[in-house]
Amino acid sequence: MTIHHRESFLNNIADQLGRPRRTEVEPPEYSVQPQDRVLAGATADELVDVLDKQCEVIHTNLEKATVETLPEVLRTVLEGYDVRSIAAAAGPRNEVSGLDEFYNRLTGEGYEVHVWDEHEGRHNVEFAERAGAGIVFSDLTLAESGTVTLFNDRFNGRSISLLPETFIAIVPKRTIVPRMTQAGRLIHAEESKGNPVSSCVSFVTGPSNSADIEMNLIVGVHGPVKATYIVVEDM
Amino acid sequence: MSIKIGKKTYAERIQAGIDNAFMRQAVSSAQGRFRSGRLKAAEDLGDWEEWRTRGEEIRSHTMENLDYYLHQLSEQVEKRGGTVYFAKTAEEANQYVQKIAREKEAKKVVKSKSMVTEEIGLNEALEESGCEVVESDLGEWILQLDEDPPSHIVTPALHKNKEQIRETFAEKKGYTGSDQPEALAAFAREQLRQDFLSADIGVTGCNFAVAESGAVTLVTNEGNARMVTSLPDTHISVMGMERIVPTWEELEVVVSLLTRAAVGQKLTSYITALTGTRLESEVDGPEDFHLVIVDNGRSKILGTEFQSALHCIRCAACINACPVYRHVGGHSYGSIYPGPIGAVLTPLLDGYEDHKDLPYASTLCAACTEACPVKIPLHEHLIRHREIIVERENMGSKAEGVMMKGYAKWASTSAAYKLSTKMAHTALKPWTEDDYISNGPGPLKGWTDSRDFPAPARQSFRSWYKQREKRRNDG
Ligand code: SF4
Repeated sequence: MTIHHRESFLNNIADQLGRPRRTEVEPPEYSVQPQDRVLAGATADELVDVLDKQCEVIHTNLEKATVETLPEVLRTVLEGYDVRSIAAAAGPRNEVSGLDEFYNRLTGEGYEVHVWDEHEGRHNVEFAERAGAGIVFSDLTLAESGTVTLFNDRFNGRSISLLPETFIAIVPKRTIVPRMTQAGRLIHAEESKGNPVSSCVSFVTGPSNSADIEMNLIVGVHGPVKATYIVVEDM
Repeated sequence: MSIKIGKKTYAERIQAGIDNAFMRQAVSSAQGRFRSGRLKAAEDLGDWEEWRTRGEEIRSHTMENLDYYLHQLSEQVEKRGGTVYFAKTAEEANQYVQKIAREKEAKKVVKSKSMVTEEIGLNEALEESGCEVVESDLGEWILQLDEDPPSHIVTPALHKNKEQIRETFAEKKGYTGSDQPEALAAFAREQLRQDFLSADIGVTGCNFAVAESGAVTLVTNEGNARMVTSLPDTHISVMGMERIVPTWEELEVVVSLLTRAAVGQKLTSYITALTGTRLESEVDGPEDFHLVIVDNGRSKILGTEFQSALHCIRCAACINACPVYRHVGGHSYGSIYPGPIGAVLTPLLDGYEDHKDLPYASTLCAACTEACPVKIPLHEHLIRHREIIVERENMGSKAEGVMMKGYAKWASTSAAYKLSTKMAHTALKPWTEDDYISNGPGPLKGWTDSRDFPAPARQSFRSWYKQREKRRNDG
């Protein structure tokens, strides 16, 4: 049995509410929609500007690239962080972006690059734990808050964006939307069509941080300490 | 730890809070910063009043249909390979988690901050069954090393300065570094990383569950909740039964309200929505997922004039706005829920007996109500609590005529009636014979000395009176 004590629990709730159990509920009609007005009508370039500004607030470095310049830009970023070992997300986007070739080149130069491979099981996590940087693709990017949305799956394990000290997100420009509203709407629409949401959706906004010691902002606690987004114009 | 903290009286706790100069200063500067952060974030968002209205509408719709949405949630979690346990009481919830820990032969449990697990005393329960429990939030970890209760919902170790923290780390963990916050955090990162990797079970709370998809959402900044839910093989999420939204569209709104009202951030660093177990092709994430949905007195609040207290999204904005909290600090409330929301909620969950001073911990200035992102009329609830307390305290001492009048008024407002005893109707059972209380607990005691009193059922005053007459005639 995988659901325990449900009936008595829910019957009691209905009782307390003074009515019989409800088995059908009409979706509510809300009187106001303020979320739709945020950055409404902003162009793609304007959204990039918003993202750029917000990145300053969230202690995140933002770079711009095209598919052609991406390897170069990424190399500069890695060198800036002095990182020699990389855990990277797998999947078709590595090919589209030319990153798979770039990773091969890095390996040839003595970098340690591990592209997530479900068949290697726990080894993926162990590698990520000692990697200097994790590289992922943003599935949906929220300009207003500077947030990278990751639908974690067999290509993009949760550990890549979590365990290494440096977090690098490749942000295809067309994934940029105004705010979380669009993400919520998209997932809701998919769920309604019967496409279940991924087992882990991570909305990641910059590096980890804490204000638990005397209310001073400390950047870098359990998750990544440093973060860079690379916006790719034509991806 | 349960909802109640410590054994000191309210007056003693307040004095201790006032005497702690560092705490007062810390609280007041934290309040100021949180408050200005909130106001700035509200301004950035624009149309803040409309957002609050939307938030209120979402929360009241959800609460009105709570049975429906909890049912849907449990179906979805099951579909995604998870197990759902509905726990009426704290004990049931704890026993279920203990059972899982036993089955897994768990030695180490890592946790991310959660109010509800504190409320039910889960750590103690797990320790009793032989598990080591590690709190992984920086602030909670500090408190755990020091065996100190939290003083603030969002920054629990607010009352400690960095030198005290350095001492704690040195004493308990052999730390030799400086009292720089970064150095202290780096040390915690390194220490706790080992715990994440070696833990058997990860325990989290749940900021919001999403009924339509079965997701459990966690809102954090440090990244520890992601660790707790990515690395151990078993994830147990404990949620207060009211922490739910219908769909992802509502989720987005309440998360935006929460992060802005709590810390003035557009979003926190990590909003993580976890659904069931990891898929077969996935490597990290739990292979076993349990959702424990806790009532523990909440359902008593449904259907009463206090129902909106369940709309709370635990953002602490009311706490940061409160002048009384500023003066006395978090520990003075003697509850894990401090500040205005604590003063409203604690007597509802734990009864008036131990907490009847709480509703007086307010100047009724309404700053809390104004700050609340889901528009809970907190100061009105506090006024109502006071009325109920006054009505009850008068009960035992006045002449019968007055008492009857008082009762009629008291019982006609169902909240006062239902909440007048520490436990719900069923919990009263041990004292009832034929549904008559002969020696009830607490507020009914004055009554039962002289007469039979009806068990709080949904019985009108008139029908009770009739039955009483009948009984008298029969007897
Ligand atoms: S009562 Fe309102 S302001 Fe206070 S913690 Fe709850 S949601 Fe926030």
